[in-house]
Amino acid sequence: MNEKAVKKNILKNPSFQAILTSLICIIIGLLIGYIVLLLINPAGAGEAIKTIILNFLSRSSSAAQMKALGNTMAKTAPLLMCALSICFCYKVGLFNIGAAGQYEAGACFGLYAALAWHMPWFICLIIAAIAGAVIGAISGALKAYRNVNEVISGIMLNWIMLYLTNMMLNKVKDPTSPYTIKISSANKGALIPMAGLNTLFANNKTVTLAVPLAILFAILIWVILSKTKFGYELKATGYNKEAAMYAGMKEKQNIIVTLAIGGALAGVGAAFLFLTGYQEWSTTQTSVPGMGFNGIAATFLGGLHPIGTIFASFFIQSITDGGALIDKSVYPSQISDLISSLIIYLCGFVLFFKHIINNAVSKRDTGGPNVNDVPVEPAADKDDKKEGGDK
Amino acid sequence: MDTPYAIEMVNITKRFPGIIANDNITLQRKKGEIHALLGENGAGKSTLMSVLFGLYQAEEGVIKKDGKEVTISDPNDANDLGIGMVHQHFKLVQCFTVLENIILGVETTKSGVLQMEEARAKVMALSEKYGLQVDPDAKIEDITVGMQQRTEILKMLYRDNEILIFDEPTAVLTPQEIDELMAIMKSLAAEGKSILFISHKLNEIMEVADRVSVLRRGKYIGTVEVKNTTKEELSRMMVGRDVQMVVDKEAAKPGETILKVENMTIASKLHSNNAVKNVSFEVREGEIVCIAGIDGNGQTEMVYGLAGFEPLVEGKITLCGEDMTKSSIRHRSTHGMSHIPEDRHKHGLVLDYPLEYNMVLQRYFEPAFTSGAGFLKRKDIREYSERLEGEFDVRSGQGPITIARSMSGGNQQKAIIAREIDRDHKLLIAVQPTRGLDVGAIEGVHRHLINERDNGRAVLLVSLELEEVMNVPDRILVMYEGEIVGELDPKKTTVEELGLYMAGAKRNVTVDANTSEIEESEVIDVVRGGKEETK
Repeated sequence: MNEKAVKKNILKNPSFQAILTSLICIIIGLLIGYIVLLLINPAGAGEAIKTIILNFLSRSSSAAQMKALGNTMAKTAPLLMCALSICFCYKVGLFNIGAAGQYEAGACFGLYAALAWHMPWFICLIIAAIAGAVIGAISGALKAYRNVNEVISGIMLNWIMLYLTNMMLNKVKDPTSPYTIKISSANKGALIPMAGLNTLFANNKTVTLAVPLAILFAILIWVILSKTKFGYELKATGYNKEAAMYAGMKEKQNIIVTLAIGGALAGVGAAFLFLTGYQEWSTTQTSVPGMGFNGIAATFLGGLHPIGTIFASFFIQSITDGGALIDKSVYPSQISDLISSLIIYLCGFVLFFKHIINNAVSKRDTGGPNVNDVPVEPAADKDDKKEGGDK
Repeated sequence: MDTPYAIEMVNITKRFPGIIANDNITLQRKKGEIHALLGENGAGKSTLMSVLFGLYQAEEGVIKKDGKEVTISDPNDANDLGIGMVHQHFKLVQCFTVLENIILGVETTKSGVLQMEEARAKVMALSEKYGLQVDPDAKIEDITVGMQQRTEILKMLYRDNEILIFDEPTAVLTPQEIDELMAIMKSLAAEGKSILFISHKLNEIMEVADRVSVLRRGKYIGTVEVKNTTKEELSRMMVGRDVQMVVDKEAAKPGETILKVENMTIASKLHSNNAVKNVSFEVREGEIVCIAGIDGNGQTEMVYGLAGFEPLVEGKITLCGEDMTKSSIRHRSTHGMSHIPEDRHKHGLVLDYPLEYNMVLQRYFEPAFTSGAGFLKRKDIREYSERLEGEFDVRSGQGPITIARSMSGGNQQKAIIAREIDRDHKLLIAVQPTRGLDVGAIEGVHRHLINERDNGRAVLLVSLELEEVMNVPDRILVMYEGEIVGELDPKKTTVEELGLYMAGAKRNVTVDANTSEIEESEVIDVVRGGKEETK
C-alpha cells in the first residue's frame, strides 16, 4: 500500500472508531440522565449522577468499596455471558433476541439440578448450558428449515420459558416466600467455588470462579470467530447462506449450531448468577429477566467485539448498581432504573454515531487538498461500491 | 455552441476518497438523439450518471439544460427537469402491480382516493404508442425481467421525462428482448426524447446509437459519430489497446469422457412441470461444450443439479467414472468439479469477506489452509491469495484484505475464475462467465476457458451470449424448455440456425412422440411470447 494509506486519519481506524463511538454514547447517555435528574430535583442532581458514575467508589470505606465492586463483578459475569451469546450470533448474521429465554432455560435447569437433584456445581453448569442450547437450537432449526425469523421465535420462546421456569422451580421453592430455596442451605456443592477470589473483595462471597470463567469465554469466542475454520464457516454462512451452500458447507446445520452455542452461553450466564447464591429465582415473576436484553446493549456498546463486551458489560452493570445507590428520599425509587435504561438505550446508538463519524471523515477527505496526487487506478472500486449499495 | 443541446454536463469532476471517479468530463446530448456512453467496468459511467440524476454532487463542473445552468441535488430535482433513469438493477416494488409501480410517487388522487382508472388509461396509451407491452395488473415478482424493464421505461414516460437514461439495459435481457428494446429506443428518439444509453456492448451501440462518448478510468476519451467509426476503433478507445474480437484457438483434441449425464430430470420450483427433462450428454477432456439457449429454459436448474444444489428426480451423473448422482456439494467439489456460478453475488462470493477469504472459499478446510487443531493458517491464505491475484490480474484497492463487495464486477469475476481454475479439478462448469463484463475482461475469460481445455480439462460452458456461443465452444447443445433439442458444430452453423433451435422451431435430437410435432403457429407464439411463460 502507498504511504497515504499509512498516514490515514486515525478516525478511520476501526478499533479506534469503535471505542470512540462507545464513549460518545456513554457521555450522551449520562448527559441525558443528568438532565432528567435536574428536571425532577435540581438540588440533588449533581450528587446523584456522581453516585451513578462512581458506583462502588462512592462508598465510604475501602472495604465497603471492594465489597460493592465484588457485587458488580458478580453480576457482570452473567451479563457478559448474555452479551457474548448475542455477539456471537450477531457475527454469524443472527439476532439472538432469544438470549433471555435461553437464560431462563439455564436458570430453570441449573437451579433444578442443584436443588432437586443435588448435583455438584459443574454438572449444574453443564445442564444449564445444555438447556440454553436446546432452546437456541429450536430457534435455529425453525430458521434453517422453515425460514422463521429468529427474532420472532426468540421472543415467543422468551415467554414460554419464563412460565415454564416458574412452573418447574415452583417445586423447589421456599414454602414461605415466592423465591427458590437458598442453595447455600440446600446444596452447598452446587455453589460455584470462590477459589479465594472472595478475599480480594472484602470477603464478598458472591465473587466466584464465574468472573474469570466469563472473561475466558469472551476470549474463547473471539478466538473461535477470528482464527478458526469453524468461525470462518459460521461467518460465511451468516454473511451469505447461498455462497456457504455453494462452498459445500452445511449451512442449515451451521445456523442451528450457532444459535445452540449462543443458547449455551446464555444458559451458562444464568448459572453464573444463580449458582453464586447472589439471588434466588422468584417463581411469581411475570416479566422476562432484563439480563438477556441488557446483553444486547452490552454487545453494541462493546463494538460487536467479544473483548469489547467485557468492558461494556462491566460498565452497564456498574451504572445499574450505581443507580440503585441514589438517595431515595430525593428521587423516586424508579429513578435508578430510568437512568440506567436511558444510558443503555443510548448504547444502541453506537452504529449511528459510527455512521456520522464515517460521513464526516469522508467529507473532509474529498475536500482535502492532496487528492490530485492519488492514482486514478482504483476508480473501479468506488464505482462499483455504489452499485453494490443499490441492491 | 450553436446546436441546442438537450442536456450538457460540462467539465464534471467527481472525487471519492483516494480516487477520481470522473475527471473533467464533458458530455453533450442533442434532442432526439441516442447517445451512447461506453466504458469498461469502473470507467466512471455509473458515477457520471449518478451525478446527472442527483445521487451524487460533482465537486466541479456544471450541468446545463437547454443551455441554462441547473443544479440537481437529488433525484426529485432530476425528475422535475424531465430526467428519468432505468437503473441496471430495477427499482420496483416486488409485491405491487405494474400499474401501481408506474404511478408510485406521482399518484393522482381525488380527496385522498386514488384515481386508478385515469392512470390506467394514460399508461395503456403510452404502452400502445411505444409498443411497450405490459400487463398492468400483474405483480412485479411474477413477470419476466423484460417486462419489468418495460415497466421501468413506462415509469419514465408516465412522468413525461424528456431525457432518458438507460444504465446497461441489455445485461439482463434475452436476444429477442434486446431487439425489442432497441426498437423501442429508436421510436422514443424519433419522438424527440433524448436518450443516454450506457453500455459496454459494442454491437448494440453500433446498432442503435447516433453518437458515442467513451470514458476510460474516469477520463473522457472522446465522442465519435457511430456511422464514422468501427467496433475495433471503439474497443481501442474503451480499453486503451487493441482487443482481439475473434477467439483464437486450435482444434480440440477430446479425450476420455469426464462428465456423463444420463436422463437427468429436475423438478422446477416455479411450476409443476419439470425444469429439466430427460437430458443426456457427455463432456470429454480437452473440449468445451456449450449449453446455449434463451434464459429460463432449464439451464440454471440443470447446473444446480450438476453441482448438487438440487436433487435429481431421475437420472444419473457420472464424474470421472464415479457416480455422483447423490453426492454432496462438497464431495463433488473436492472430486473434480469446479464451478463458476451464474450469480457471483449470490453464490460465488461472500461479499463481506475479504478477498483472501473468498480465494479459499472452496479450499479453506484443506491442510494447506487449516491446521490440524482447526485454526486457519492466515499467513498461508494471504500468500495464496496474493499469488492468485498476481497470476490472474485481480485488481483491488487493498489487495488480499479488500472486502469483496468493494471490488468491481470484473475483478470479482476474475477472483472467482482464479479460485475455480487454480484448484485441482477435471471439469469446469462456467455459467455465463462473462455476464456484465467488458470487452477486455471477456477476452481474458475466454482465454482462460481455452487454456483450461488445452490443459486437458473438460469445460461445460452455459451461455446466453450468441457471440460467445459461436466463438468459444467446440460443440453446442441447445436447450429449449428443459430439453436438449439440438447439437451443433459451431464451425458449421450460423447464428440464424442457432436462433431457430433456441426458439424451439427446429430440433435435430430424437424426442418423445408427444413433443415432436410443433405446429407453425406455436413456433411463432413461442418466439414472441414464450419467454414470458418459460420464466
